[in-house]
Amino acid sequence: MAKNAWPAADKRDLIGERISRLDGPVKATGHAKYAYDMNRPGMLYVRLVWAPYGAAKIQSIDTSAAKAIKGVAGVWNEMNEGDEIVHAGQIVATVAATSEEIAQEAWRAVKVAYEVKQPQMNDTVLENADEKEQRDEIPDAATVDKAYADAEVKIDGHYGLAPITHCCMEAHGQFAEMKDGDQYIWPSTQNVSAYAAGLTDAAGLPASQIHVDCQYMGGGFGSKFSSDQWGAICSRISKETGKPVKLMLERDQELMVAGARPSAFANVKAGATKDGKITVFDSTCWGSGGMGTSRGLGVPYVFGNVPNIRRVARNVRTNRGSQRAWRAPGHPQACLVTMAALDDLAAAANMDALEFFLKNLDLTERPDVYREELQIAADMIGYKEKAHLRGDSGDGPVKRGLGISIHMWGGGGHKSECNCTINPDGSVSVALGTQDLGTGTRTVVGIVTAETLGLPLKRVQVNIGKDQYPPSGASGGSTTVGGVSSSSRDAATNALNMLLEKVAPSLGVPVDQLEAWDGKIQVIGDPSKSVTWEKACSMLGQIPITGKGSKPTSDGTELDNSGVGGVQMADVSVDTETGRVTINEFVAVQDCGLIIDLKTAESQVYGAMIMGVTYALYEEAIYDPITGRMLNADMEFYRLAGLADVGTLKVHMMTGPGYDERGVIGLGEPPVISPGAAISNAVANACGVRVPTLPLTPDRVIAALEQGGKLA
Amino acid sequence: MKSFEYAAPQNLDDAIALLASGEAAFVLAGGTDLVTSMKQGIVSPARLVSLKAIEELKGVDTSGDTVKIGAMTSLAELASNESVAKLYPSIVTAVNKIGSAQIVNMGTVGGDLCQYPRCWYYRNGFGLFGMENGQPLIPDGENKYHAIFGNDGPAKFVCASSLGPALVALGATVTVRGADNQPRDIPATEFFKTPQSPEDPLTAVAVGEVVTHVAIPAKATKNATYEIREREGLDWPLVTATVVYTDNGGKAQDARVVLGHVAPVPWIATGAAAALEGKAVDESSALEAGAAAVEGATPLSKNGFKVQLAKVAVKRAALAAAQA
Ligand SMILES: Cc1cc2nc3c(=O)[nH]c(=O)nc-3n(C[C@H](O)[C@H](O)[C@H](O)COP(=O)(O)OP(=O)(O)OC[C@H]3O[C@@H](n4cnc5c(N)ncnc54)[C@H](O)[C@@H]3O)c2cc1C
Ligand code: SF4
Repeated sequence: MAKNAWPAADKRDLIGERISRLDGPVKATGHAKYAYDMNRPGMLYVRLVWAPYGAAKIQSIDTSAAKAIKGVAGVWNEMNEGDEIVHAGQIVATVAATSEEIAQEAWRAVKVAYEVKQPQMNDTVLENADEKEQRDEIPDAATVDKAYADAEVKIDGHYGLAPITHCCMEAHGQFAEMKDGDQYIWPSTQNVSAYAAGLTDAAGLPASQIHVDCQYMGGGFGSKFSSDQWGAICSRISKETGKPVKLMLERDQELMVAGARPSAFANVKAGATKDGKITVFDSTCWGSGGMGTSRGLGVPYVFGNVPNIRRVARNVRTNRGSQRAWRAPGHPQACLVTMAALDDLAAAANMDALEFFLKNLDLTERPDVYREELQIAADMIGYKEKAHLRGDSGDGPVKRGLGISIHMWGGGGHKSECNCTINPDGSVSVALGTQDLGTGTRTVVGIVTAETLGLPLKRVQVNIGKDQYPPSGASGGSTTVGGVSSSSRDAATNALNMLLEKVAPSLGVPVDQLEAWDGKIQVIGDPSKSVTWEKACSMLGQIPITGKGSKPTSDGTELDNSGVGGVQMADVSVDTETGRVTINEFVAVQDCGLIIDLKTAESQVYGAMIMGVTYALYEEAIYDPITGRMLNADMEFYRLAGLADVGTLKVHMMTGPGYDERGVIGLGEPPVISPGAAISNAVANACGVRVPTLPLTPDRVIAALEQGGKLA
Repeated sequence: MKSFEYAAPQNLDDAIALLASGEAAFVLAGGTDLVTSMKQGIVSPARLVSLKAIEELKGVDTSGDTVKIGAMTSLAELASNESVAKLYPSIVTAVNKIGSAQIVNMGTVGGDLCQYPRCWYYRNGFGLFGMENGQPLIPDGENKYHAIFGNDGPAKFVCASSLGPALVALGATVTVRGADNQPRDIPATEFFKTPQSPEDPLTAVAVGEVVTHVAIPAKATKNATYEIREREGLDWPLVTATVVYTDNGGKAQDARVVLGHVAPVPWIATGAAAALEGKAVDESSALEAGAAAVEGATPLSKNGFKVQLAKVAVKRAALAAAQA
């Protein structure tokens, strides 16, 4: 009997190797078809008319001119006279036309009159917080106050992160088509198996008659879990007109309504003994998730066992689109607030930051992991040679510095079901309703199945992305790899055991003495007593076999785990005359249990680091305070890092004993948590002053330098 | 985008004739700005007259006592021309910093000079002056990329052209031709205009006119441009400075300093030039020039940092010119 448990290191042929993703070539050559790429004869193009104000009341909607345009298939009011607009980008009306150009012309022809009101846009000041939305956790005010008063070293700092958007390369949206009374949907989604459920009302069909197919998607980062209002509009129009319909958000609306990370600001009083032991962390945090609520921050982050903690949290409601889960919700914010405050505390104690962090690791949940990771990261970046206390004392306006941050994440696997089918001709397919966000999920499922069956990767046909396959959870919270590797391992093991039953008589040994290895079914460890895979499969007769697998697994074996730690260090230069920050080197050390594909795991970390440099240095949603309009809802002034901006990136994954036997743990989120804090700390170390708020743009850096008397 | 007519004349005379239909006929060069502007709905031409096929508008002629650059010369071709590289490092820096192969290969010299401002209020449909219901949005709004000079009127945007400041500093002349078919020379210093009303033009090019070429004195000078940007990737400068002078026995003569992206037009910093004139260009005179350049700056609520940037850009451009 093959066992579900992961094979030992010497019995792994594919797992843990650096394997290129299966869909790399189709993506690189443009053959991969995304929702955007869907086209059908006679299709309709949809444009959404959106409100250009943060706060307003609709006075009238005039669609007559739009309706009169030749080629316009329909114009619908999505809101009505008298309705309130609470953020710019809200959908007011919809137009559908036979070409993109006509749709745009009709879109411009819809005339909406508004009574404009003053929006609330400023989330940077605590006074704007809603008094009703408090989340205070004040254990014992007197003790915390006393601990701060008594602290030998103390800081009183302000930290913050501006709101950013998800800015997925592929905008939100879907393509819908009716066939034989059923509706077929090609969406861009992180949630294939549950997508149809959100469209039943709009399509007027039961979920069983809505069929979803998402083979490739261009980024979600937490913003693509549901079919959304625009998905429903698309399905409704397709059902109503009987035509194929494409509805993808335009870039500007995408940035305004389809996902935002809440801003976060904090005032922190922290204290330590003079030899650098943290004694107190007292914080007041606020932030805005637009019309959605921001959560309070889990601070102090990672160092949760600081003895005296007070946490006050407030929400500021602003007239911006609602926040959505953004890759590790709440963590990058909590991480910046904590790590920056602690780094300031180390500087106040006149201590090296690494020494300070090491000294306080007992206040974290995983001190041994962080210790090992800190040491590795320090070696990788040349910490000893480069480190200096706060403030580079070298000549010239360009100062160099190092910064450290550490983070944590859960990452246990989600529920997942999977079928693994072995055909009499030896071909193998595996099917599950998961999705590959570009992370390598398809490749991971293939690797696990091939490894389990002792086959090369190319022998396995991986079928994902359709809701006709056994359901899998949404890809969020770094839960996918734990879920799908468990269910596909379970399914392949169960299929293999069915095959071994058929083969055992011909090899004259009991099933439990057989294994699949190197394209053969053999007596364990003895290739001389074997049959080839093809021969073995031919013993199935006419009928294929299908093994069913799931997470939790069918026999209860736990193949996944939860709880990871990571360390990042940045080496930056700050031009103290211009406020320009550049990344020299940026190092990430990360654990995630047993790694299925080292290459896609590393890529995940590289990608997160690039995303991290972006929100640390450039990214910011900027709104006009009077009209409430997002002014940089484009990819010109909504700046993302280019390759020339990210510096030299180095990644080290923790593998081997102590890590592998923990099982598979998710990785999507953890590496994007620390960059803001690590880079902010490096900037402080370089130029000698804390730039309180991300992104660290020249205006902010210059203001901080000026205030600290360090402007060159 | 609205439907429009498209014409691709083979010679300049035809182009000028096709443009004579009035305001709604626009010159199309590389299209990198115009097509975006049409999609954004900030202009709606009835007719586009493409200059792509007109050979006489292309290329760099170095035979005379000026370097003559055709308006349809691509920015990439301009920066890679050997004479240009030798005589005008200030231009090469300005072009290379644009940093996108697509833009510099498609974008042209004429287009760069005539492009619309990048002000995000303008591009979001609030008009050149950023107005909503008669109320100016920019003074109390998001103005960190806006003007710190020449902003006392309604125009708060900055001129987008990177070539502009260098051409002004180098003493270039821009030649245009209109319905009368007579070439008209415009000194670069008078080419850019600050509008006082929304209907005012942004350049001295009249309706129906085409920029045919730019001529720069083929004189050996020390010159350099220094740009400050937020990132390396495709972007716009926060501030630029071009410094030009003639080296006279180690002293600066005929110094000119022009700032970019600080005003609705390339901003001539007379005081900075005076600070360099007759002196060796070194750390101390460069520093003085920087300080002089920002005297009288009138930053808005959120762009005070650009004053610091302008100071530094001038200093660094002067030092770079001295090294050139
Ligand atoms: C993201 C981004 C970043 C950029 N960064 C920079 C930068 O840093 N610095 C910079 O300078 N530019 C920058 N550019 C702008 C780019 O340089 C201009 O778009 C380009 O130079 C315009 O040239 P074009 O030939 O494409 O002009 P077009 O788009 O064809 O025309 C632009 C305007 O000029 C008019 N026009 C063009 N040629 C003539 C002529 N011969 N006579 C009369 N009128 C004419 C057109 O009618 C139109 O109004 C950037 C552009 C983008 C999109
Ligand atoms: S990604 Fe960049 S290069 Fe490619 S089409 Fe868009 S703007 Fe052009």
